[in-house]
Amino acid sequence: MVEQIQHLLHEKFGEMAVLRVDAQPLQPILVVNSELIVDICLFLRDTEGCYFDFLSNISAVDYFPEKRFAVVYHLSSIPYQTQVTLKVEIDNERLLHELPVMPSVSSVWRTADWHEREAYDLMGIFFSGHPDLRRILLPDDWDGYPLRKDYQDAETYHGIAIK
Amino acid sequence: MNYSEALERYKQKIASVGAQEMVINMGPQHPSTHGVLRLELITDGEIVRDIIPHLGYLHRCFDKHAESMSYGKSIPFTDRLDYLASMNNSHAFVMGVERMLGMEQRIPKRVEYIRVLVCELNRIASHLIAIGTYGIDIGAFTPFMWCFRDREHIMNMLEWASGSRMLYNYIWIGGLFYDLPVGFEDRCLDFVAYFRPKLAELDELLSTNQIFISRTANIGALPADVAINYGCSGPMLRASGVKWDLRRIDGYSVYPELEFEIPVGKGEMGTLGDCWDRYKVRVDEVKESLKIIEQCLHRLRGDFKRTPEFDPRALVPKKVNLKSQEYYMRAENPKGELGFHFVTQEKTDIPRRVKARGPSFNNLSVLPELGRGQLIADLIAILGSIDIVLGEVDR
Repeated sequence: MVEQIQHLLHEKFGEMAVLRVDAQPLQPILVVNSELIVDICLFLRDTEGCYFDFLSNISAVDYFPEKRFAVVYHLSSIPYQTQVTLKVEIDNERLLHELPVMPSVSSVWRTADWHEREAYDLMGIFFSGHPDLRRILLPDDWDGYPLRKDYQDAETYHGIAIK
Repeated sequence: MNYSEALERYKQKIASVGAQEMVINMGPQHPSTHGVLRLELITDGEIVRDIIPHLGYLHRCFDKHAESMSYGKSIPFTDRLDYLASMNNSHAFVMGVERMLGMEQRIPKRVEYIRVLVCELNRIASHLIAIGTYGIDIGAFTPFMWCFRDREHIMNMLEWASGSRMLYNYIWIGGLFYDLPVGFEDRCLDFVAYFRPKLAELDELLSTNQIFISRTANIGALPADVAINYGCSGPMLRASGVKWDLRRIDGYSVYPELEFEIPVGKGEMGTLGDCWDRYKVRVDEVKESLKIIEQCLHRLRGDFKRTPEFDPRALVPKKVNLKSQEYYMRAENPKGELGFHFVTQEKTDIPRRVKARGPSFNNLSVLPELGRGQLIADLIAILGSIDIVLGEVDR
C-alpha cells in the first residue's frame, strides 16, 4: 500500500516528493517534502485508487534536543477503507520569534483548520495560508508553546504570581 | 513575520459588526452548551450570521501529562477525556499500547469480552445522556428523567465492577483491574431485560413526538461530503448516510466475532443528516449495543466462564519497554473516532508524544458551517444533536 502511494507520488511530483519511507513495524510513514504538502494532499484526496478523503488527525511532534519538529498527518480513505501516514519534518532553531513555518492543508480538508490551530497553539508551528490561525485552547495572550520540551512555565500571569 | 495577524483580524471583525447586527455570547455557562463552551454569535435579529466558538475552558493538558509519565499511569487521565464514556477511552489507549508491545493476540478471550461488555454498557450510558439532554435542550423534560434513571443502573453496575462511578481505571495494559464481581453477569442480564421495554417506551415518547419532529426534522442537515471534509465521525457521520463504524472497519478486539448492525440515517422525517437522524442513530445504536451485551454475556457464562485460576492481571507488564516507534490507534467511541498518536522513545517507558484526537473536537468544528443562517433556537437544537463532551473538546 505504502509502496504504491510512494510510486504514484513519484510519478506525479518527481524524485523530491517523498524524501524517505520510515519503515515502522506497525504503520509505515511517508516522509514528504514540506513545500509540496498541499499538492500531495490534494492529489491523495482526489486520485482514484487513493481517495484519502478523511483526515483523522494532525499532530505536531517535538524532537528535542534536536532542533527539529515534525507534523504528522493521519489520513484514511472511506471508500477503500485504507490508511496512510504522512510526515513533514522542519528544522528550526526554537526561537519564539522565528517559528517553524509550513503550508496549511485547511484548503484540502476543512477539519485541518482546528487541528492546525491546535498545533500552532501548543507546539508553535505556523501554518501559512491558514484562514484563521489564532490560539484555540489557550487564552489569546498566552506566552510560549507549552508542548515544546524546552517550555518553561511562566512565573506570573497578568501580574499574578502563579507559582 | 506577524504571528498575531489572525487575532487582529478577529478583533476587527467583532468591532465592526453592522448597525443592525449584535454580538451575543452564548456560554460558557449556558446550560445548552453542555459544559463550558462559549459561542460568540453575530446575530441579525433572530438569525445567526456567524458563530465563533471559543474553547479551552476545560483544558487540562492531557498531552503534556501523558508525556511526563509511563503508559500505565496515563490511563486514569484518558478516563477524563470523554468522561461520559471512560471505559471506551481507556480501551482505545490500552489497545494502542498493546499493539505496540505486540501482545494483542495474547490477551485472554475472557478479558477481551469483559472489555467489550463494559465498553458497550458505557456506550449505552453515554447515548442515554445524549438523548436525555437533547430532549431537555428543546423542551422535553420527561425523557431526561427516564434516561438518567436507567443510566443510574449502568453506573451502579460499573461501580460494582471497578469501584468508581464515572472514572473507572478498569481496563489495564495487558488485562483488567479485577475480574467481574460474582453475579455481575446475572445482574447485567436482568438489566437488559428491564431496559429493553424502557427503551421502546423512550423511543415512542420522543421519536414520533410531533413537537420533537418539528424542532429537529430538516434542521441542521449535514451532507455526507461536508461531514467527511470536516472530519466528523461516529453518529454524526452515520446520520449523514455513511456506513462507517470502526468496530467493523478495523475489527479490533472481539468485535469481528459479534453480530450487530450499523444504523445509518435515512432521512425518515425530513432531510438526510438532519438533527432527527442524528438523534435516531443514537437510539438505534443503543439497541445494537444491547445485542452485543447479550452475546458477550452468553460467552462469558459459556466458553469463557469464570475459573478460580483466572487472573486478569497475569499479563500486565511491570514496565512497558518499547522500541522507538510511532503508532496511531483509532477506535469507535460513542461520539466517534477516538485516536491516540503515540511517539515512543528508546530505553524509557515515558512516551515522547501522545496526542489524543477527540471525536467531539472535530464534530464541533462543523458547527459554524451548520449554524450560519439558522435561528438562534435552532442553533441550540443543532448543538445538542452534535453531542459534545467538553472534557474531550478541550482535553
